[in-house]
Amino acid sequence: MAKKEYAFYPGCSSQLKASASNYLTSVNSMCEKLDVKLTEIPDWNCCGASVGYAEGGELPRLAINARNFALAETHLPGQDIVATCAACWLGSRETKERLDHTSQLMKETNEALAAAGLNYKGDVNIRHMVEVLIEDIGYDGIKKPVVKPLEGLKFAGYIGCQTNRPFGIAGESFENPKYLDQMVETLGGEAMTSYDQKVTCCGGALAFSEPEKSQKQIKDIIESAYDSGAQMLVTPCPLCQANTEVYQSEINKKYGTKFNMPVLYYSQLMTVAYGGSIKEAGLDGQLIRAEALEKICGK
Amino acid sequence: MTTANQNAVERYRNNFLKEVEANVEEGDMVKMCMQCGVCAGSCPLGPHWEHSPQKIFMMIRAGKREEVLSSDSMWMCTSCYNCIVRCPRQLPITHIMHGLANYAHRLGLAPKGQPTREFGTLFWNNLVKKGRVNELTLTIGHYFKDGIAAGIKTGLAMQAVGLGMVKAKRLNPMEIFGGHAVKDLKGFHAMVAKAQEIEAKKKGFTA
Ligand code: SF4
Ligand code: SF4
Repeated sequence: MAKKEYAFYPGCSSQLKASASNYLTSVNSMCEKLDVKLTEIPDWNCCGASVGYAEGGELPRLAINARNFALAETHLPGQDIVATCAACWLGSRETKERLDHTSQLMKETNEALAAAGLNYKGDVNIRHMVEVLIEDIGYDGIKKPVVKPLEGLKFAGYIGCQTNRPFGIAGESFENPKYLDQMVETLGGEAMTSYDQKVTCCGGALAFSEPEKSQKQIKDIIESAYDSGAQMLVTPCPLCQANTEVYQSEINKKYGTKFNMPVLYYSQLMTVAYGGSIKEAGLDGQLIRAEALEKICGK
Repeated sequence: MTTANQNAVERYRNNFLKEVEANVEEGDMVKMCMQCGVCAGSCPLGPHWEHSPQKIFMMIRAGKREEVLSSDSMWMCTSCYNCIVRCPRQLPITHIMHGLANYAHRLGLAPKGQPTREFGTLFWNNLVKKGRVNELTLTIGHYFKDGIAAGIKTGLAMQAVGLGMVKAKRLNPMEIFGGHAVKDLKGFHAMVAKAQEIEAKKKGFTA
């Protein structure tokens, strides 16, 4: 099978020693096993995330996203842009849609890009890593490298908002997307299909600015995972991951709960099932260690 | 009153809907709302919205300019996109909420000290500086926004979390001295400045 190649947009949280650096580590390990080649878009910049709107406005946000497109078009022509972060993917796709549909904004964006010596032609295609896995690799392809099935491990698939709405993954419903469960099963684990907070909002960026209000959301998300019988949460989104993992101790203090549930990325599960080490799977980056998974690595 | 706000008041007189259509991101879609109320029950922080999106759209049509632009409600939007996928008229509600918040912020009418307004501003300024977000200065800036005493208090409360992140190699204390950045910072800054200039001219933010 020929190597599949993509223009990679890792995003700020995936950088070395940033909050989702363990996501990137596991994505790299996973892609190696799947014969997928990711080439970083040279000199990419931040997508603006959702909360950038207050000061950023519309055109500056479009321009920063279009800068990444222009760089990809120039340096990695013909390759789809792949993002691992939900907000990066969403910000990029929204920008692309807006520019495709409104020629005036396309004109103004290119005026701004010209100040950086760049130009965006309108040719890029933007995808999430999960789309690449499901659509280009397929569940059979995901299964092939499995050497250590995740037998006996119970996962609640927490998808959250921005990988799900408004674009979502083709063929999945907004209310009950099933791909994450299917991925877990493909890797030999058990997906808790009764988990009912799959698409609940974790508060997003408001976990910083409105901590009390957001932690109430997070409490529901974790509580329901325990109720479903899950040992761990698995998610495709770095902000969901950080919010649901980091604030468990705060919630315990406030509500007297005893939450201590590991929160993993799908790519970490895949790396472990593919025989990767604790380090390769980024499991050493968990605040709440996933001992059950580490045990499989040690086998 | 800021000059931009004064200009807008004079220019649009009693037609707030027209003002929103011209100056707010995706504002031209507001008139498509049929007041079905579906979006009103969609927001995760719903109980904290004094005016639901449905109500805000009604108020825009009723010309309640001050009330809308000084509202705290849009700032409660978590960008969950529940509303967008449910609205029968396909209003880009999330973007209109962001657009209204940004417009109110630019005109100086948004509530002072609104935490998401402050955090959002901090976030944008942080990313513009280097082209990439520096999570450490962002966090520190956020906890110290109310002054040193309050910052130390919140900072202490979050210290265990912060140290845990450092230990897990997911927060780099060295980032306070710089951290990640784009290489072509000059080009990046020139581009952002140009985009801001075009937008300000279009939306009347420059006097
Ligand atoms: S769901 Fe759409 S049409 Fe219905 S009230 Fe909300 S914005 Fe208006
Ligand atoms: S995106 Fe914003 S406005 Fe829409 S449902 Fe979510 S919080 Fe409410």
